Amino acid sequence: MIERICGICSHAHTTCYTQAVEEALKVDLPPRAKYIRTVVAELERIHNHYFWLGILAHEIGFDTLFMYTWRDREIVMNLLELISGNRVQYAMNIIGGVRRDIMPSLSSEIMKGVKILAERMTYYKKVCLDEKTILARCVNVGVLKAKDAISLCAVGPTLRASNVRRDVRADDPYAAYDEIPFHVVTYDGCDVASRIATRCDEVLESVKIIRYALEHLPTGSIEVIVSRVVPSAETIARVEAPRGENIHYLRSNGTDKPARYKVRAPTLANLPALCRMLIGGYVADIPVVIAGIDPCFCCMDRLAFADTNTDKTWSWEGERLRKYGVKWYKKK
Amino acid sequence: MISVSMEKELVKHLVRKAATLRYPFDKFPPVEGLRGKHVWDREKCVGCGLCARDCPSSAIEMIGKGLTAELKINLGRCLFCGQCEDGCPREAIKLTQVYELAESDRKKLVLEFKREST
Repeated sequence: MIERICGICSHAHTTCYTQAVEEALKVDLPPRAKYIRTVVAELERIHNHYFWLGILAHEIGFDTLFMYTWRDREIVMNLLELISGNRVQYAMNIIGGVRRDIMPSLSSEIMKGVKILAERMTYYKKVCLDEKTILARCVNVGVLKAKDAISLCAVGPTLRASNVRRDVRADDPYAAYDEIPFHVVTYDGCDVASRIATRCDEVLESVKIIRYALEHLPTGSIEVIVSRVVPSAETIARVEAPRGENIHYLRSNGTDKPARYKVRAPTLANLPALCRMLIGGYVADIPVVIAGIDPCFCCMDRLAFADTNTDKTWSWEGERLRKYGVKWYKKK
Repeated sequence: MISVSMEKELVKHLVRKAATLRYPFDKFPPVEGLRGKHVWDREKCVGCGLCARDCPSSAIEMIGKGLTAELKINLGRCLFCGQCEDGCPREAIKLTQVYELAESDRKKLVLEFKREST
């Protein structure tokens, strides 16, 4: 059920949940299960960042890039389907391990797939950072200084694009991240352009993690048998989801159902920072700045405006605002 | 506005085949291990009820107990996680690769597996 919290980061939520339960049960995962979890988590990060780049391009009005990135996203979705049997809701995690194993033949498929994905992302990064239309909409837009980002508790790529080196994978390693060498990507531009660059580099970093994990995949079982009843305990688990830090709180009461469960998804943590980014900007920039934090709020975007000079109020839905932004920049 | 840095890429794509398929006339073949519609083997099922107990969304209902038990699976509630398949001690439930399950009537989403009347 936890998987249905989010359609894009379904693996991150289940990883967080299983970690919380495994801590309450005091079980240790077999190393192979940890590595498989890591591989799926990183493929999911690639999937999410490709998806996000497409959305951002669409908000800018650059639909060509949107189509290309979404076409290439199919590669990673097919890989995930091969591994888990489903494109979006992978259901890979079970308490005490993972559901399916990665066979050597599948492993070589993944290697082939991520090679193409890395090449394409290198190209998209070049396009995004050279292309005048993108730069005009993203540089110095939605600025969030490092000091504000820390005080407003921003998370994930939003925080790292403000030059704060913080990542749960590195700071509080879970799964196999303590054994895999990787680099935490940061940029110091503090604007939407550096959020693009951060995410592009994170994809390339994820590809390296996947390659390392598949080459060093330990042998052994992929799950341990655990008891159905969880003893009374109180645990908190943290996971670096593609969008940022994910926190799950669990209280169990000695039965097989949780007594209390609380989820803090990354979008909620980024909202105060988002409010700061919007201050002093143009109305036409609102869609891009909102898309910049990679929000996940049911696509129920509607905005209420109030003009303090004329006391006029009105509301626009997201699509109207997007069209306004694109038109406004065309005239400029 | 057409970008300068993407020009080459755009020209390349003029001669390429379309990335999309003309669904429902063309279809991607389902991959091996896809989790789709359920099948139930009435010979193997011993009616222990583990599938109904394990199902995270309570999509499975077991009517009766033991060797006469019958099964009802609500595809509208099903998450297709595969827990019933993994948990079954007799491998009586299997997920097939049938993935086109949309129905206009909600009642048709309930799969009823019956034992033959003997």
